[in-house]
This record gives sequence, C-alpha cells and structure tokens, in this order.
Amino acid sequence: MQYQELVLALQKFWADKGCIIAEPYDVEKGAGTMNPFTFLRVLGPEPWNVVYIEPSRRPADGRYGDNPNRLYQHHQIQLIMKPSPDNIQELYLESLAAIGLEAAKHDIRFVEDNWESPTLGAWGLGWEVWLDGMEITQFTYFQQVGSQDIKPTAVEITYGLERLAMYIQGVENVYDVEWGAGVTYGDVFHQNEFEQSTYAFDVSDEQLLFNLFEKYEAEAVRVIKLGYVHPAYDYVLKCSHTFNLLDARGAISVSERTAFIGRVRKLARLCAEEYLKQREKFGYPLLKKSEASAQ
Amino acid sequence: MTRTLLLEIGTEEIPAHAMPLILMQLKDLAEKTLRESRIEFGAVQTLGTPRRISLLVKNLAENQADVEEEKRGPSVKIAFGADGKPSKAGIGFARGQKVNPEDLIQRDGYVYAIIHEKGKATAELLKNILPQIICDLNFQNNMRWGDLDFKFIRPIRWIVALFGEEIIPFEVANVRSGKISRGHRVLSKGDFAIDAADKYVEACEENFVIVDQNQRRAMIVAQIEAVAQERGGKAEISDELLEEVLYLVEYPTALSGDFEIKYLNLPPEAVITPMRDHQRYFPVKTFEGKLMPIFITVRNGGRDYLDIVQHGNERVLKARLEDAQFFFNEDRKKNLDQHRDKLKTVVFQEGLGSVYEKTARLVKLAEKICDLLGEKVTAADRANAVRAAEISKADLVTGMVTEFTELQGIMGREYAKLDGEKLEVATAIDEQYMPRFAGDSQPKTTAGRILSLADKIDNLVATFSRGLIPTGSQDPFALRRQALGVVNMLTEANWSISISAIVELAMDLLKVTDKVGREKLQAEVAEFMRLRVKNVLSNTARYDVIDSVIGNVDDIYALTLRAAAVESFLATPDAVKNIQAFVRVGNLAKKADSTDIDEKLIKLEAEQKLYRAFEAVKVVAGELIDKKDYIGALDALKKLATPIDSYFDAVMVMDENLDIRKNRLALLKSIDNLLAEIADFSKLVV
Repeated sequence: MQYQELVLALQKFWADKGCIIAEPYDVEKGAGTMNPFTFLRVLGPEPWNVVYIEPSRRPADGRYGDNPNRLYQHHQIQLIMKPSPDNIQELYLESLAAIGLEAAKHDIRFVEDNWESPTLGAWGLGWEVWLDGMEITQFTYFQQVGSQDIKPTAVEITYGLERLAMYIQGVENVYDVEWGAGVTYGDVFHQNEFEQSTYAFDVSDEQLLFNLFEKYEAEAVRVIKLGYVHPAYDYVLKCSHTFNLLDARGAISVSERTAFIGRVRKLARLCAEEYLKQREKFGYPLLKKSEASAQ
Repeated sequence: MTRTLLLEIGTEEIPAHAMPLILMQLKDLAEKTLRESRIEFGAVQTLGTPRRISLLVKNLAENQADVEEEKRGPSVKIAFGADGKPSKAGIGFARGQKVNPEDLIQRDGYVYAIIHEKGKATAELLKNILPQIICDLNFQNNMRWGDLDFKFIRPIRWIVALFGEEIIPFEVANVRSGKISRGHRVLSKGDFAIDAADKYVEACEENFVIVDQNQRRAMIVAQIEAVAQERGGKAEISDELLEEVLYLVEYPTALSGDFEIKYLNLPPEAVITPMRDHQRYFPVKTFEGKLMPIFITVRNGGRDYLDIVQHGNERVLKARLEDAQFFFNEDRKKNLDQHRDKLKTVVFQEGLGSVYEKTARLVKLAEKICDLLGEKVTAADRANAVRAAEISKADLVTGMVTEFTELQGIMGREYAKLDGEKLEVATAIDEQYMPRFAGDSQPKTTAGRILSLADKIDNLVATFSRGLIPTGSQDPFALRRQALGVVNMLTEANWSISISAIVELAMDLLKVTDKVGREKLQAEVAEFMRLRVKNVLSNTARYDVIDSVIGNVDDIYALTLRAAAVESFLATPDAVKNIQAFVRVGNLAKKADSTDIDEKLIKLEAEQKLYRAFEAVKVVAGELIDKKDYIGALDALKKLATPIDSYFDAVMVMDENLDIRKNRLALLKSIDNLLAEIADFSKLVV
C-alpha cells in the first residue's frame, strides 16, 4: 500500500463514519491538535466530526535527514469525534483493518498514556496504541483544552503516517517509503528535512526569533481583544512554532522554558474563551443542525 | 439459602499499574457494603483484566438479616394519661414507629416501641448496592466520555450483574446491567452470555479471557520460562514488569525475538532499559548471567501469526537500539569533563543555580565528609570521592540519559570507565543515586558512600531552603527515600558522623546566611532524619528504647549503638533497679544549674561513697562512651546504682543550706550528664 493510498483509505473510512474530510491548516504547528479544527472546535457543546491530514513540525526532532526514523516534520491523520461514540475503539480497529492491519494477525494493545500539552492548556486520558510493540496511534479523550473543560467529551485519534507506511511497506528507512507513482518519501521530503534541520539547529537567528515571539504575542493579544478569534489564534500558533525553533537552537534555558510555555498557554486560553463566547452568541449553529436532523 | 454474586464492570483498557489497587479497593468496598446491609456472605474475590473489573461473592444470603430494635419514646407520664390510656403524645410516638399504641412497653419510666424489621430480599437490595459500589470506586485519574457527566477511570461499556442466575437490573453511566459480557477482542466471537455467576471464570476462558489474574500470572511465568529455556537461556522476570504485563493482556502468549549481536557492545543497561522499560520485553541471560541477543514479549492473543508479531517487535527494538547506539557514539565524542561544562546551562532547582554549581558544592561537601570521618578515609578514597563529585552529574546532558532518564549514574559510570577514570570513581558515580527505589541496594564503596551522602544532604538542604518540605503524598524529589538511604547507609557503613556539620557547610554553599533561617533549617533536617531513624529502628527495637535514644539524631550510627546498648542493658539482672536509680538522679538533676562540685562540702558518708564511686567510673565510662562502647559504659555506670540508692536513703538533697544543696545537685547533674550521653532513662517503661 502506497503512502497516499494509506491516507486515502483512512480518510474514506472515517468519511463513511460521518466525518468531514478537512485540509491541513496552513500555519506551522507541532501537532494536529493545534489545528483550529481541533483546538477551537472541540470547545463548547456543538457536535464535531472531522478527519484531516496534518504536517507536524518538531524542530528539535530534526536529524538532517540522516536518521531512518526521526523527522523534523512528520505527518498525522487526525480524527476528532465529539461527542465520543460508544464504539470508538471498535471503529478504530476497523480502520486499521481498512489499511490491511487486521487485529487477528497482530498484537494490538491499548497502553495507558495520559496526554498533556502544557502549551495548549490541554490534557486528556487515553492510550498509545501498540501494533506489535510499535506505537502507531495516540488515542485521547480530551478533558480540557485551552484550559476549558471539554463537554461533551471529544475523542482524538492521531495516526503516525510515516510509521504506519514503513510498517505496511516493510521498509526500514522512512525515506524509502513509496509515496505513489514511483516517487518516494525521500524524493518528496529529504532535502526539506536537511534544510529545515540545519536552519533550526545551526542557522536560525536567535535574536530575530526572540523579537518575532514578542511581536506575535503582542499581536495575538491585540487582535483577541477586538474579538477576532481566528487571526489571533494564528499568532498563537506562530508563537508556539517560534518557541520550538528557539528551543531547538538551545536558546531557552530550562527555567525560561516554563515561562515561555506559560505565555503561549495564556494566549491559547484567551482564544478559547473568546471562541466559546462567539459560538454562544451565534446560538451554537451546529448543535441546532444536529438536533434538527435527529428529529 | 445462598447464591453466588457476580459483578463485571466492562471497560475500555484500564491503566495496568492501577489494577492491583482497584481490585483491593473493590474487595474492601464490597465487604463493607454487604456487612452494612446485613447480608451474610462467604468468600469475596476480585478479578481483573485490562477490560474488566470483576467481583465474585460466594454464598451470599438470599435475604438480609432480620432486625429487632427498641426505640425509646417519651416518659410514661407523658405517653399515658392518668386514666392509664395512651395520651396524644403516646399515640403519636407509636404511629411514628409504625406500632400499635397498646404494643408499647414500659421500662424505667419510659415507653419503648419494639420494631421488627424483616430482612429484604438480597436481589432487591443489590439493585441499589451494586451501582453504589461502582460509583464509590475511587481512582487517581478520572475521566468523562461521550456526553455524560459521569467519571470513571476509563469508559464503562458493559456491566454483568448476576445473583446466581438472576440478572440484577440497574443502570450506571447509561449502561444497563445484564448477563452479556464481551470476549477477547480478537480471539473470541465477541459477546457471550453468562448463565450463572458460578460459571463466570469458565465462561470467560471459553471466550479467551483468563479473568483470574493469579491464573494468568502463572501462565505468563510458565510460558516465559519455557520460551527462555527453548532458547537456551534464562529470562529475567522482574516483579514490576510482570505485574504490568499481567494487566496488559487478557489471553497471554509468550514469544521470543532476536536482535543483532552488535548491540551487546553497548553497556547492558543501555540495552535492557529500552527493552524492559519502553517495550515491556523480558531480557534473557545465559546461565552465567550474560545478556543474550534475545527478548521475550507477551502477546495479548493466541499462537496464530506469531511470526508477524515477532518480526514487528524485532523491527521496533532494532530502531530503539539503533537510537541507543547513535546516542552512545555521539556521547563518546566528548569526555565527561567536557559534558560537565554543559551543566552550566542546566538549572538545578529554581533559584539555586546550575547543576554545574551543584557539582562544585558536592566537591566541597565530599571533602568535608572526609575530614569528619578522619582516619576511616584513605588519601586514595578521598581523591576518588572528589573526582567522582566533579563529574558526578556530567551524564545528565548526554544523549543517552536525555533519552533514557532512568540511566542517570549508570551511563556516568560506563562513560567514566571508558574515559579511563579509576574504577572506584566510576562506581561512585553510579552509587550516588542508591537506593534508586525502595528496597534497592546501598552504596558499598567508600567513595560511593561519600558522594551519595553529599548529594543527598545537598538535595535535602536545597529543597528545604525553598520551603519545600515533603508533606503527605507530596514528595516530588523523593527526599524521604533519600533520607532513609542516609540512615541505612550510615548504619551499614558503621560511620559515625555529625549530620549537622555537613548541613552547616551545605547551607554555607547554598548561601543560606540568615541566622534564624539556618537554625530553623537545621531543626527541620534533624526532625526529618528523626522520623526516618525511628522508622528504621522500629523494625528491631522497642518503642520506649527508641524514645530514650532519639533525642539526639546528629550521629545516626552512634544512635543505633546506643539503642542496642540500652536494649541489652534491659536484659541484665537488676536492670529495673538500676534504671530506677538512674531516673531518680535525672529527676533531681533537672533542678541543678551547675556541675561544679566542692569536695569540702561533701560530709555525709553516703554522699562521700557516691562521690567516690562516681569519681571511680567517670573516666572509664567517659572513655568507653568516646569509643562508642555503650554496653561497656553502662556496665561501668551500673556500679553507681547501689551508692545512689543508699544516697537517697540517707541524704536530704534539698538541704536548707543553699551551698550544700547546690553542691549535691551538682554531683547528681554530673552523673546524669554522663548517663544522658547514652540515653534518657526516664523514657523507658520498666
């Protein structure tokens, strides 16, 4: 199964289960959770079912394209279902079968993993899902996001695409994964990995990044005060990514780290609060729609 | 008549580490609730797998026990009129208790209603008891799911509640109880009905769920051992890992896999840690104890497609070991001195500087400890301890320890060896963290002990100086374990050393300058140590013996010897009489304000005899105390008991002549001071 077939199969599977297929968000981010389709949409009482692919940039994980497993940027299929369906685990196992991973032929385990993102003021309980000893999925029932209680509870399922593709194709090096049409993952991303790692570790301009962080932060605060949640949130994402770049550069000491994370968390909370107000003002349109269709 | 009760709470996968406590809690809760509900029961058993928390109660009575209860009402005068007929008040009371007014009985001037309550049917009561038990279960981390407000450790998906063959109907978290359970996710056909509570364990097994954890544990161990034997080795089965794997599988099948022999060039811990702690694999060793390039894992499933499972696990481990190899190679490009430099950027604790500065403190503290121990430490030991202190934390910034934090100290040891450091230095770096967990071994080498003591005292003083003294379950730096480690190590090493002298220097180095603050900190550390010492001694010594010696915890080793001496003194003939004499001395000594004795004022014969006896043992006992031969010292001091008794028979201490009184008190005080160096005898219960 090619990389792109894997993506299509998972998107099709979840679309058939009632999810909309969305696009990745076009601002740099460290995880699919930061996409507003998750971060904002899990807030409040409205139902929300979505699946999308998301590139995740983790500058500190970069290896100049030298490591067969570790990447500056990896890709996830991210699924959100709110409220979490009662048979979500069974659906998830079915989705694995849809990409050729039948539970009967493997050892699939749900191993406790309590997920937390201090930057987003988010936490949840759930598991890492292990396939024959390999972590392939993060499975989380969100309890709080943006420092707000999540009610009804949303479930997040995040598939690590590179790992799954490597496993399914039986290749030992991520760059050997067949993307599609005879093109490999390496053809698509190797140079990007090399350059982005080099930039993050050796080339980036610390002073500029510190300045940018301050400016992004100020702009987020200014814009959120005007009530524009979405552009404000874009600047929160930019803050987060800038912080990650500084961190990879080794420019942030352990004691400063906590303070920086706290600053981003505060911005995230402001956006979450503003978003909740906004949806309430609109009268929770998606809630009305689902109630109407249920009748 | 009795029946068996079954409650199975079917859930999504429960965290493995939480299960043992949940099962204990469920048992206690069930027993307590049934007892309070007056339902007789037999054996109570709790069973658990990742997906179920189950309760089996044997011989549960069909009916609640009947009760007969007397309720006191108003006085007879009020309850009955002058005509002897029930008054309004009497009738009202009877109605309230649901008895006829003529059935009220009279006793001691009051009326009583006798209430017979017939026990209800257990099946009926269980409808409330079982959901209550589920709701009363407590977890460290709770969660919500779906659109419910209900919280549980993981979502509840089904509930089986059977009293014998009868379903006990109720609803919790939108789930209705019934007789339908779910089998193994993969091996079973799915849902299955349980016809009777008694058939629970068998019904589960037919559906590939080994629900009894003891049976499952035995299977896992037997399978692992068999696989290891097949591969010509011996599996290392740690209890901790076994307990975790136990609650990760419903139907275990052990299998082995291989990894490339080249990874055995890494330090064994660097191979075992990713295997055991990250992958939950059991390492395999040769019969000589050498690590083999083999691992054993336990699949949650059967024997079909084992080759796929094996291959998948081998791939994951290869990637992990490849990572370890990469970090190891990178780390080795620098020596520990160079790594140590990077500690300047690592914060130790908030406001307390870098870890680099900590290593500088450890050097100073190690030197101080050597000074205090004097001859016990050779020049070589001293040099080793100081060198180890310098590079003690350098491994914290290596790739290996960043990735596998549990290897701190261990990688330090290995890298030190490879740097060409002395073996003693390398060992000390590892030993500084011992004991790493409750029951772990203690440092054994002199340099290791010195470094370990320095590190722990520095941690204690640093954390206490920020006002972070462990309370209740709050002990993020594991200071209790560290302090306990100090107590056990000093005792094991027979090291007589003043803790306060080390704390004094630690405070200097941490720049705790405020005098009041320093005194408070000393007292807090002493109190913290006292509790640990008490804890350790309580395993071997009588509580009153501990109380008699615990006043001064500065020299912990001496304290344990004093406790042992008092203990053996208590077993000597005339112990009671001797101790009583000591206590009499102590009681009056409290009134003394000096120990200056004027020989000329000693006139009475009994007084002179005691004085001479004291003069005779004083020097000997003092020397024995200095040598920490407390048994010998007490043997010498007990010769004072008879003169003390004669003295109190003949001498009036509180003489009217103040000089004489003062002189007499001074003699008693001098004796008491010597005794107090061993124990406070007034604390002994004799």
